[in-house]
Amino acid sequence: MKKTKRLCTILSQEQIGTGIFSMWLEAGEIAAEAAPGQFVSLYSADESRLLPRPISICEIDGERKALRLVYRVAGKGTREFSGLQAGNTIQVLGPLGNGFPLQEAEGKRVFLMGGGIGIPPMLETAKRLSADKKLIVGYRDERFLEAELSHAGELHVATEDGSFGVKGNVLDVIRQEGLSADVIFACGPTPMLRAIKAYAQEQGIPCWISMEERMACGIGACLACVCQSKEVDSHSQVHNKRICKDGPVFLASEVEL
Amino acid sequence: MNTKVEIAGVELKNPVMTASGTFGSGAEYSEFMDLSLLGAVVTKGVANVPWPGNSTPRIAETCGGMLNAIGLQNPGMEVFCRRDIPFLKQYDTKIVVNVCGKTPEDYCQVVERLAQEPVDLLEINISCPNVKEGGIAFGQNPKSAEAITAAVKRVARQPVIMKLSPNVTDITEMARAVEAGGADAVSLINTITGMKIDVNRRTFALANRTGGLSGPAIKPVAVRMVYQVANAVKLPIIGMGGIATAEDALEFILAGATAVSVGTANFRNPCAGAEIAAGIEAYMKEQKVEDIRELIGAVK
Repeated sequence: MKKTKRLCTILSQEQIGTGIFSMWLEAGEIAAEAAPGQFVSLYSADESRLLPRPISICEIDGERKALRLVYRVAGKGTREFSGLQAGNTIQVLGPLGNGFPLQEAEGKRVFLMGGGIGIPPMLETAKRLSADKKLIVGYRDERFLEAELSHAGELHVATEDGSFGVKGNVLDVIRQEGLSADVIFACGPTPMLRAIKAYAQEQGIPCWISMEERMACGIGACLACVCQSKEVDSHSQVHNKRICKDGPVFLASEVEL
Repeated sequence: MNTKVEIAGVELKNPVMTASGTFGSGAEYSEFMDLSLLGAVVTKGVANVPWPGNSTPRIAETCGGMLNAIGLQNPGMEVFCRRDIPFLKQYDTKIVVNVCGKTPEDYCQVVERLAQEPVDLLEINISCPNVKEGGIAFGQNPKSAEAITAAVKRVARQPVIMKLSPNVTDITEMARAVEAGGADAVSLINTITGMKIDVNRRTFALANRTGGLSGPAIKPVAVRMVYQVANAVKLPIIGMGGIATAEDALEFILAGATAVSVGTANFRNPCAGAEIAAGIEAYMKEQKVEDIRELIGAVK
C-alpha cells in the first residue's frame, strides 16, 4: 500500500454531534489505496503545532476518490480542522497502518463493535464486508452516524445513560440480547477493548481490535506509539509493537491491554 | 558549486544529516524520499542488547516543539547490524551509527561490534535525558565525558562524534572535555529537558514525567550553543535543534557547524532532509557561493 503526502481539498464539513465533526476530503491516491480500519495523518496549517493528528477513516468513496473523516475536537489542532470549509485545503498523509482483515470475517457471523469516537471506522468496515453483520455501538449519551450504520448492518445501540437502546456498554448489549458471533472487529477506548478481548477469549472466538496512542511520525520511525505485545516483536526485538505501523488493528490475543 | 563537507576525514555530499531517534534506520522514510539525497543518515541509538524504552505516553506536543521520552527503545546491535546496516548500504549516503549504553563497557561493546561493519562514523550519545542510567549522566560532568570519550576512542575503528547535552551550565566545558578525550567531532544539541502537565487530568503529559524538548522552539538556544562551541574547540561541529528549513540549517552553518542534522521536522514533513539539502543549494546559487565551506562559521 503506497503512502502519499498531499494537499487535499475539503469537499464538505458538518457538525454531527457535540464536538463531533464529519469531513469529506478529495484525497486522490490516498483514497484509492485506503482500506477500512486504516487512518490518515492531518497536519495543522499553524507551524507551531508540529505533529500530525492521526484520524481514522470513516468512509471511502472510490469513485470520487474521497475520504470521510469523523472526529472529535480534542484540542487546538482538531478545533482548527473543524473550522475548515468546502474548498479549503489541508495536508494529509496516508493511508497509514493496517486495517481490519476482512477476509477473516467474510461469510461469517461478525460483531462490529465501536465505542464513542471509535465508532467511525466500523462504518466502512461494515460496508465492505459480506457477512452476517451485527453492528454494536456504544455512546455516552448523544448518538451520531446512526442512520449510516443501520444501512450497513443490523444495528444494536447502547448508551451509558440509558437514553436509547440498552443502558450500559456494548457488552451489555451482547448479554442482554443474547447475541453471538464467530469473529469480532472492535474499535474504542481501552477499557472497552480490554473487556471485549476478555469476552472473545472466554468465547474462544478470534477478535481484532484497533488501538490508539499518542503519535509523532505516524509511519513507524519514532517509536512513540507503542503497545505491549505478548511475544517479542520481530521488528523491535522487545515486547513492543508500533501502533501506527504494525497496527492500529491487532489480533487481540497478540497485545497486552 | 561545491556542497561537499568533511567530518573527521569522511566526505559528505552535502551537509544535511538526520538527527538520531527521529529517523529510525531510514526504512520508513525511504517510502517518501531517496535517502541518497542526504549527506548522511544518523540512526536511532543502538545498545549492546535490545532496550524496551519507557512507558507510554512517550510524546507530547508543545508550542513550536514537542517533548519526547521514548527511552532509547532499540533492537540491540546484533539485529541492527544484520538488518539495518545492509538496508542503508543500498543508498549512496554515509552511515552514522548513534551508540547508547548504561555503562562505559556497554558503549565499548557496541563500538567494538561496529568495528567490522561498513559504518562511516559513530555518534556517541552521552546526552539522552530520558534514561535513568548512562545517557546524560556521562554528558553532564566533564571528567566522565572525557573518560568515556577516551574509552570509546581506544576501541573505535571509525571516527567518533560525541553528542553533547544542552542541559549543562557551560557547554563549552563539555566540548573541551571530549576534545581532550580524543573526540573527532561533536554534535549538538540533544534535547532540552522539559515537562508538560495536563491540567484537566492533573497528570504529567508523559509517563516519564520529563522529556526532551525539540523542534523550532529550541533553535535559538541551539544556534547560540553551536556558536559558543565553535569558538571553544577545533573539532568539526554537527549542529542541530529545531531545523525545519534551509534557512534554519544555514544559521547553524554560519554559526560554525560543518554539517547539520534534521530531526523533529521529519515528523511534519517526511521529505524535510532532502528539501533542506536542495534549499541550501538554491541559497548558494542565489548568493553566488561557490563552496559551502565558505559559509562555515562565517557569521560577522
